[in-house]
Formats: sequence, structure tokens, C-alpha cells
Amino acid sequence: MGRAAFTRPSFSGTLKNMRNSLSGSVQTTIIFLVVAGVLALALSGSLGFVSTGLNAFLVSTQTWISTRFVAIQDFLTVPRDVAALRQRNAELEAEVARLQAQVVQLQSQVADTQALAALVNFSRSNPESAYTAATVIGRDPSPFLRYIIIDKGSNQGLRRGMPVVTDQGLVGRVDAVIGSAARVQLITDPTSAVNVRLERADREAVLTGTLAGDLTLDLVPQDIALEIGDVVLTSGLGGSYPRDLIVGQVNTVRKRDSDLFQQAFIQPVVDFAQLKIVLVITDFRPVNITPLIP
Amino acid sequence: MKNLIAFPVLGLAFILQMAILSRMTLLSGVVDLVLLIIVSWALQEQVQSSWHWAGLAGLLAGFTSGLPPYIPLLGYLLTVGLARLFLRQIWQAPILALFSVTFFATLLMHLVTFIGLLLNGTLLPIGDVLTLVTLPGIFLNLLFILPVHAVIRDLALWVYPVEDLV
Repeated sequence: MGRAAFTRPSFSGTLKNMRNSLSGSVQTTIIFLVVAGVLALALSGSLGFVSTGLNAFLVSTQTWISTRFVAIQDFLTVPRDVAALRQRNAELEAEVARLQAQVVQLQSQVADTQALAALVNFSRSNPESAYTAATVIGRDPSPFLRYIIIDKGSNQGLRRGMPVVTDQGLVGRVDAVIGSAARVQLITDPTSAVNVRLERADREAVLTGTLAGDLTLDLVPQDIALEIGDVVLTSGLGGSYPRDLIVGQVNTVRKRDSDLFQQAFIQPVVDFAQLKIVLVITDFRPVNITPLIP
Repeated sequence: MKNLIAFPVLGLAFILQMAILSRMTLLSGVVDLVLLIIVSWALQEQVQSSWHWAGLAGLLAGFTSGLPPYIPLLGYLLTVGLARLFLRQIWQAPILALFSVTFFATLLMHLVTFIGLLLNGTLLPIGDVLTLVTLPGIFLNLLFILPVHAVIRDLALWVYPVEDLV
């Protein structure tokens, strides 16, 4: 080997090598030309019948192989993917539950904010009175009565008899007070009676609650023409409530010639089932007229 | 000392009643959780403090409710008396006693309330009382008595272990 490496090539061998390399280049060139020609023919559409058959064969072969491969891949990988998907699904479900809770919380905050904004507007538009906002935290345990429990009491300056309102209208009055809470008798309570005034007719009447939570207007003289939609306001008589607080509107009128008085059912402006935040009028001093009653 | 559990149990019951159950009305009727606890407690044979529970519940109701204080106090005491009477008479069918006492105790409680309000000057229409308050209240109380009874029975076994009776 070593000796062969240092052997000087002969002239004839050199020619032979050049011929060999030349013939290799020619062969390569020819092959390239043939391939290029075939491609040119194929691209020009001259080999359509050949390429179509070839393509069909290749596609069907690839389809067969691909189908089997995917089936095998599925067989091998799907169980692992199911576990991963289940885990991912659980994560997403937890995320959805968290977001739903967040949405509910935010909706509640939005509702509270809207209620507070309405109450602020009400207090600004009625600056003649001083107000304390309170949250409704409960209702009377007895189904016969309609009272609510609020989270403000004597520590915040609340006293028995103070009127309670919302931005919509009259709610009731404070019935009992402890340090940090108070009980409010709603005007829908069956034992409640409010002296009211019919705005259009400018006549007084007595508004009472019922067991069903409705409001009825009693002791309305027969000569008054009650109409549906008449606005009912507090009259201020008796000193229990300030004057001109909105109570509701006449909804139904019951008038019989045999009765001394007519009766009307009032649609309250306050939705008592949805009470959340109320305002207590803290600078109103109710007048106790009990000693004057014979 | 275990009898002092009455304070947190009844206190929690009143909180739940005022904060949640009183808002869940059927017509105008609501489930009376405190009444159900008193009924279930009084129907446990080994329990010796049912009168105390009724007195405490009456005082708490008198404090929290707008009703005159004697009305719930009288109502709960009569409920215990009714439960004890049923326990002696139909002891072989405790489930029958449970539903019977719940039914009659609700009626009794509402009757006492109706009469008490009448004595205070508030006459409620008897038809409205029956249809809007009493019948829905009875239905709800009968619906809730079984789960309440299950919890109270376990509580009674904790306060008055059966071994102590032997």
C-alpha cells in the first residue's frame, strides 16, 4: 500500500483516468437532462397519462400507509391523551367555576353599587333630611308579620319610630333598636297603618298592610273619584311619617253603594321582596300622640 | 353541661331562619326551623331538657320577632307538651308521631299567633291565614322535618348517650 501510494502514474493511466471522469460527468449531465426533460414534459402536460397513473398509485399508497400509521398512532397515544384531556378538562371546569363565582360576586357588587348610587342620588335630591344607609340582614321569623332586620342600630344614632325609605319610596319605620341592629316594620305588615294622601284628589286616607303583603286603602269617602294610577303619598298626619313620601299608586278600586267607604288596592313603588339596602331618616322625630287618644 | 348546646343550636337556627328561610316563602308560608328543632328534640325519649329548649326558643323568638313575646313562648311550650303527649301515646310508631306532632304543632303555633294578634287588636282574615300561611307552612314543615329530625337525633345521642340510661 505504501509503495503503491508513492508510485508515479504512467501517461496511459492518466488518460484513462481523465476518460473515466469525463464519461462520469457526461453520464451525470445526461441523467440531469433526462430528468429535466421528463419534468418539463410533465409540467407541460405531455405526460398526463403517465403522471395521472403514477399520482393515483402514489396517493393510494400514501393513503393506505397514512391510514394505518394514524390508526397505530391513535392506538398507542390516545389513552395518554385521554388522561391529559381529562386533567385539562378538570382544570378548565375548575376555572369556569371560579370565573362563574367571580361573575356572580361582581354582579352582586354591581347591583349593590347601583342601589347605593340610587340612594345617594335620592339623598342628594332630598337634602332636607339626614339619612343613614343600612343593609337588610334578615326578616321576621314569624310568617304573620312583615318586618326586616337591618345592620344599623342605636350605635349609629337610630331610634324607634324613625322612617325608613329607599330611593323609590316609603318602606316602613324602625320598630325596635339594639346597639348594632334594628327591626323595621314594613308598611305591608298586617298591623301597620299609615296616614296617606291622594295626590290628585288631595284627600286623606289610611293605608294598611295585609297578610299577603299587599297594601289597601281604607276609609276613603264615597264621594272621592278614585282612578287607577292615582299617586299615594304620606300625609304626615299623626306624626309617624314625614309628609309627601311616595307610597304607591292606586291599582284597583272596590266601590259599593252599600258601604260607607270605598276601598282601593295600592301597588307599592318599593319591591319589598328585593329589599337590600335602605335609608333611615335620622333627623325625623315621630310625635307620640298615644296620650291624646281617648 | 352538654345541655348548653341549646344556646348555639337555637341561636344558629334563628339566624338561619331570619337570614335565609324567612325569605323562601311558599305563598306567605315559611318553614319554621326552630319549631322543627323543638319538635324533634322533644320526641327523643332520653331527652330531659325539652322544656328548657322550648323556653329558650320562646325567649329568643320574643326578642327577635315583632310578635308579643308571650306568643312564641307559649307556642313552643305547648309544642313540647304536645310532643310529650304523643310520645307516650303512639310511641310504637315514631315516624307517625313525628309527622303528627309536626302537623299539629304548626297548627297550634299559628292558632296561638292568631289569637295573640287578635288580643293585640289585629284581626287577620281567617281564610287568608289558612290558605296563605298555615297550609303552606304545614307543607314545608312536613317536608323539612325528616332531615331536621336526623340531625337532632344525633345531637340528642351526643348529649344523652344511651349507655347512661342503663
